[in-house]
Amino acid sequence: MLNTIWPIFIILSFSFAIFSGNIDKLNQNIFSSAEEAVTLCITLLGTMCLWDGIMKIASETTIIKKLTKFLSPLINKLFPELKNDEEIKKEISMNMVANILGLGNAATPLGIKAMKSMQEKNLDKKTLTNSMAILIVLNTASIQIIPTTVIAIRSSLGSQNPTAIIFPVWIATICAAIAGITATKLFIKWGK
Amino acid sequence: MQFINFISNIAMPLIILIIVMYAFMEKIKIFDTFLIGAKEGINIVITIFPTLVGLFLAIGALRSSGILDCIVHFISPILNQFNFPTDIMPLALIRPISGSSSIAVATNIMKTFGVDSQIGMMAAVIMGSTETTVYTIAVYTSSVGVKKTRFVLWAALIADFVGISTSIIICKMLAM
Repeated sequence: MLNTIWPIFIILSFSFAIFSGNIDKLNQNIFSSAEEAVTLCITLLGTMCLWDGIMKIASETTIIKKLTKFLSPLINKLFPELKNDEEIKKEISMNMVANILGLGNAATPLGIKAMKSMQEKNLDKKTLTNSMAILIVLNTASIQIIPTTVIAIRSSLGSQNPTAIIFPVWIATICAAIAGITATKLFIKWGK
Repeated sequence: MQFINFISNIAMPLIILIIVMYAFMEKIKIFDTFLIGAKEGINIVITIFPTLVGLFLAIGALRSSGILDCIVHFISPILNQFNFPTDIMPLALIRPISGSSSIAVATNIMKTFGVDSQIGMMAAVIMGSTETTVYTIAVYTSSVGVKKTRFVLWAALIADFVGISTSIIICKMLAM
């Protein structure tokens, strides 16, 4: 993807700069952008390490197991076709819990494991089942309790209150998830 | 508004407290575990660094050359009809496609307009509430070798659209 987008960006803007007389600004930008990347990464480093450390602790406790139990009624509602597949439902809820806690590294392998288990029972191996579709849409909605990366960026840019976005993020992400699930359920109903 | 601020402020300390207390009661080697996780954090930052260098150059060039202004100038009459802030548009377009480039675009927006400005807040809330849709779909479908993804891309893009719109509306409300 980026192999196409990146050169297009460069070619378009560099040639535009030459014709529009903004070449000075572009020149400045060439050096400052590399510097900005360094500054951002150095300031991100602290918060990222701190949070990944905390979340590693969480993944060693029984918190994940407890949250998984807590989610099971919701999973039953979302995946009506997996009524008797307790093992798959467990994998799905662990994937969701990892997502919610922001454990991206743990969430993806868990989600893929659930996908593989569902594929085993899939009759048409080339087409997604309804349950697989719901799982994917849930994962694209990114329900996350603490949006760490953004908070880290905000604090690195000197925000007065970097965590002020947490509550707005919850509302936006829940609306997005509800919209995604509703759309998926409607598509299934219409037999797409 | 004060209530919203209160929840936002208490969320992070409270979660850290709960996790550490849990781990303490369950007698986990807390600090050793913390160090293992923190080391993984270093790796994440190091892996995104080259991407950031490349994309900061490309995005900075789009801005400094004036071509972005030129494009926005042509699209803004349409977006204004829906009350959609044009400065957010580059982020809304790139967010579903690439995670690291949307980090770069969002950072650029926060820097240009101020991290605590309304546009800066919008960029942050959009980043926090949406995912790299296209990438996620690709990873999940290719993991099981499925070719027909049916409606999944559309459903996910609808979710993204709602997430982005909600972010914009909320930030406008907060600023009032």
